[in-house]
Amino acid sequence: MLQYEFMQNAAIVATVISILCGVIGVFITARHLSFLTHTMSEIGFSGASFGLWMGWTPLNGMLLFTVLSALAAGTVNKNRPLKSTAISLISAFFMGLGVLFLSISQASSSYATNILFGSIVGISRADVVQISVIAVLELTVILLIYRPLKFDFFDPLGAQSGIRFSGSINLVFLIMMSLSVSMVSQIVGALLVFALLTLPAAAAQFWGKTVHALIGWSILFALLGTWLGLALGYWTNLPVTFFITTIESIIYLIAWGSSKLKQAL
Amino acid sequence: MSTKVLIEAQNLLVQFNQQVIFRDLSFTIDTGDFFCIVGPNGSGKTTLLRVILDELTPTAGKIQRYLTNDQIGYIPQFRNIETDFPLSAQAFVELKLQQRFWPWLSYGERQQVHQALGAAHLIAKKNLRLGQMSGGEKQRAYLAQAIVNQPQLLILDEPTASLDVAAKYEVMNVVQSLNRQGTTVIFITHDPQLLEKYGTKTLQLGDKDKNATI
Repeated sequence: MLQYEFMQNAAIVATVISILCGVIGVFITARHLSFLTHTMSEIGFSGASFGLWMGWTPLNGMLLFTVLSALAAGTVNKNRPLKSTAISLISAFFMGLGVLFLSISQASSSYATNILFGSIVGISRADVVQISVIAVLELTVILLIYRPLKFDFFDPLGAQSGIRFSGSINLVFLIMMSLSVSMVSQIVGALLVFALLTLPAAAAQFWGKTVHALIGWSILFALLGTWLGLALGYWTNLPVTFFITTIESIIYLIAWGSSKLKQAL
Repeated sequence: MSTKVLIEAQNLLVQFNQQVIFRDLSFTIDTGDFFCIVGPNGSGKTTLLRVILDELTPTAGKIQRYLTNDQIGYIPQFRNIETDFPLSAQAFVELKLQQRFWPWLSYGERQQVHQALGAAHLIAKKNLRLGQMSGGEKQRAYLAQAIVNQPQLLILDEPTASLDVAAKYEVMNVVQSLNRQGTTVIFITHDPQLLEKYGTKTLQLGDKDKNATI
């Protein structure tokens, strides 16, 4: 199946994004930011439709909107999460805006489905290059701030007196997270970024006891989901997104069950 | 061991919006002290710690610190470690190592972690998840993290407040043996027994007009 260019593109992007999600996801779950990623992806949806309206690629519109949202979120006190009413308001407003841009850009309705639910087999070579470059940049930035990031996200109170620049670390991570949200949306869609950004890392928490182990498991779980999902989608002609979300959910349940079992024994 | 002055405060005054937290506070902390700060809730104990840590500038008065923040190990009062916190005690202690850049630890850093866990009597439990540990074990893990860089001064903000008697003395014995090996300790507590048993100097906060001067 890898003789087709669209499958090659899909496989490369799936691999790159799984590695990225494995790393970023560990920090997202450590700080309980998964709902923020969901809100960001809804903002990303309106960004993608805005991109279509402007005649850009949806990915570029999405990157613009999510990064702006990260900058806005960074100004909010990290110790006081946004109230759920504020999050509902932001989500509703941007989803509405997305519907508007889609309508005035007169894009076909398949665009909306692609943005919301992903279209990994529709990814072009140019997208592959762009996504890979951004992913490598992101991973480099994470490497550069790895130790303070780890301290600040796994032990925020201890880190208060232990590291400098805690505020800027937080902001840099939010930007990395927003870029990842946009890129993950290319695979599983804006509505399902959870499937790769949170689920693998959450499952990893049952097995990993060090940050390195968490990252390792999380990458492995993400890769399992995207590779298997891609292959199953190819063989059955059913949506890849469906397989990825199902596999990640099953992995989570297995990891959860095994840790419960271990506790019981 | 010859003593020298680590921290010297003269006539400290801190007030927020006209409300005086404490005034005329003078004290000296020397190397090797087990310096206890006592006083009721709201008497400014944690505020004083923030002044000592250089996080807050006093409204008036002078404080001289003869050491840098890197030489201070601080254990904050509230640490929210939930039961599903995934990291082991050892991985938790490692978080504090910030001198080097690479994600992996050097040989020297691994030694430091091992020593800190040993001092906190946690070697046998180092691979257990912190979230699953008892209150006393958690507190000793915080202690191990605070001393991993071998600080000259250790600051503890009510570390035994929520512990049962056995766990409390286990934590205190670790602190005491560090103190005997030369680490200066600043200790905030409500507990008069601990004060009596371990303290070498006491600073009483609470009477806003007349603070004890040491």
